[in-house]
Amino acid sequence: MDLTVGPNAFFWTPDNLRAFYAGLAETPVARVVIGEWVCSKRLPFWQDEIPGAVAALQAAGKEVAVTSLALITLKRERKQTDDLVAMGLPVEVNDLSALRHIPEGTPFWVGPMVNVYNEGTLMWLARRGATRVCLPPELPLSAIAALAKAGSEAGVAVEVWAHGRAPLAISGRCYHARLTDRAKDSCQFVCADDPDGRDVDTLDGRAFLSVNGVQTLARAVTTAAHQIAALREAGVAALRLSPHTGNFAAVAAAYAESLGSSAGQGEALVAELKRLMPGAEFCDGFLRGEVGRSLSGASAA
Amino acid sequence: MMELVCPAGTPAALRAAVEAGAHAVYCGFNDETNARNFPGLNFNREEMAEGVAHAHARGAKVLVAINTFPRAGDQGLWHRAVADAGAAGADAVILADIGLLAHAAEKHPGLRLHLSVQAAAANPDAINLYAESFGVKRVVLPRVLTVDEIAAINREIDVETEVFVFGGLCVMAEGRCALSSYATGKSPNMNGVCSPASHVAYAEVNGAQEARLGEFLIHRTPKGATAPYPTLCKGCFSSPDAKGNDQVGHIFEDPASLDATHLIPALQKAGVSALKIEGRQRSRAYVAQVVRAFRAAVEAADRGLPMPESLLAKLTEGQASTTGAYAKIWR
Repeated sequence: MDLTVGPNAFFWTPDNLRAFYAGLAETPVARVVIGEWVCSKRLPFWQDEIPGAVAALQAAGKEVAVTSLALITLKRERKQTDDLVAMGLPVEVNDLSALRHIPEGTPFWVGPMVNVYNEGTLMWLARRGATRVCLPPELPLSAIAALAKAGSEAGVAVEVWAHGRAPLAISGRCYHARLTDRAKDSCQFVCADDPDGRDVDTLDGRAFLSVNGVQTLARAVTTAAHQIAALREAGVAALRLSPHTGNFAAVAAAYAESLGSSAGQGEALVAELKRLMPGAEFCDGFLRGEVGRSLSGASAA
Repeated sequence: MMELVCPAGTPAALRAAVEAGAHAVYCGFNDETNARNFPGLNFNREEMAEGVAHAHARGAKVLVAINTFPRAGDQGLWHRAVADAGAAGADAVILADIGLLAHAAEKHPGLRLHLSVQAAAANPDAINLYAESFGVKRVVLPRVLTVDEIAAINREIDVETEVFVFGGLCVMAEGRCALSSYATGKSPNMNGVCSPASHVAYAEVNGAQEARLGEFLIHRTPKGATAPYPTLCKGCFSSPDAKGNDQVGHIFEDPASLDATHLIPALQKAGVSALKIEGRQRSRAYVAQVVRAFRAAVEAADRGLPMPESLLAKLTEGQASTTGAYAKIWR
């Protein structure tokens, strides 16, 4: 089992992105998915950073893929999908329609925004050329195990969402714009103000969700710290880590260290994550088939 | 005339919808294979066969929704549902999952396939992919598109489109939402439920009514006011702005329901084949009333007459209504 870093969900500045990917090149992750998957309006502001980041990551021995958008509706967005294919990197499909832009027989990856819930869907994607699938974050271990088994028989590497605020929903509406009484078309890119998403709390003050433009994320940071041994046992090929601000390279290194140690290191990893991400709350309920927000282990308190 | 597709959560609602002028009704089996898996709702196998016979005898179609995502390691339940819908004489099955579509296309080649809104096929590429790969004949469009975008999609595809015109409104792309399972462990995709009643609790706290979903407070209303059902995305929340000032409100969507009555002529012009009414959880009296109103509306649209204006105001029973994503400003 190794580590994949997924595409950044947030609207970061070109400088921050350049520094982030330069730092990532130094970490013990096996592969990186890069590109814009949340909002097509953001891409022109940072797409010039992509070639340099890809080159740096590849020079460091990382496998690199480029993601499609998670919700493709506009003509411009369909054209952007063609441009991705032209880059010559594996495309990670996060909206099924991106498949129509990938020439038949070309291998591709499938991201967590595509609904791969069962073996039938996995096998159909495998026949189309999928070689790697990151499963939807809400799947429990029982389903993950069945899919990892089917994947290993079909030559598809199965990944699991293992770190980061999980994507819970995507919409036609931009909630960042709505919060500032604007419509999506006149958003003035307010989502750039919140590099890990904008907090949404319940009226009695409980941290609940995080909005990121058209995307809604869990406020708690998913961690598979307590399930690493079970996921390995199930035949999962990689853990997916989703970018956040702060010392992300150290977060990746902490997961890498856990992968290298024996079972039962969950508490130590959670403690390290709490140190690296001060103020963050953690969860792993989806993996256990429970309330997504919940966390297992002694660290739950 | 555009086809009017109406909800039937029970055999009684099916009969009421047919009686009131539904061209087609949609319904599901009483298990987790459909996205309205609520207690006391839906059809057993015998009721399904009777419902189909009843509708066919009166010239109406029955579409069977099998639109959750089959559980890994347990796909048989969903495969049986498709086979049983075909055996009951259903005019089509409404599916969302790729694996189930592939199964149905291979094992039941004579069965007409509709793509559920839960598949969220939001552009011509996605729709053409489903049409070419599985022979899907109709696509229920996700509620993220404007009328102009629907018209543009119809110019690029050869299959029929169906759109929602009335009832509950998802503000997220359907079939791609795990908000409910984050709060309750139960989701539309896996369990056929959203913000399930089993996880709802009401309480009176300091003179206000509080509605919770799982551990999370979704609404707080003054005592005596109507407390809306705590559907997660229609909840009232707080979000601090950059200066730390809390903005309190319905951050995702107001507790409004969809009413696109006055857009029916525009949707017809946009090439839409069928209009769908949400509400399999509704009473047969409600269904009869809404169906009758919409049958009059599609007949008026067919004759180029204006939409009956006051027809549906009373059906929303004072609740706010919206045209949702059909108007670009909604975004």
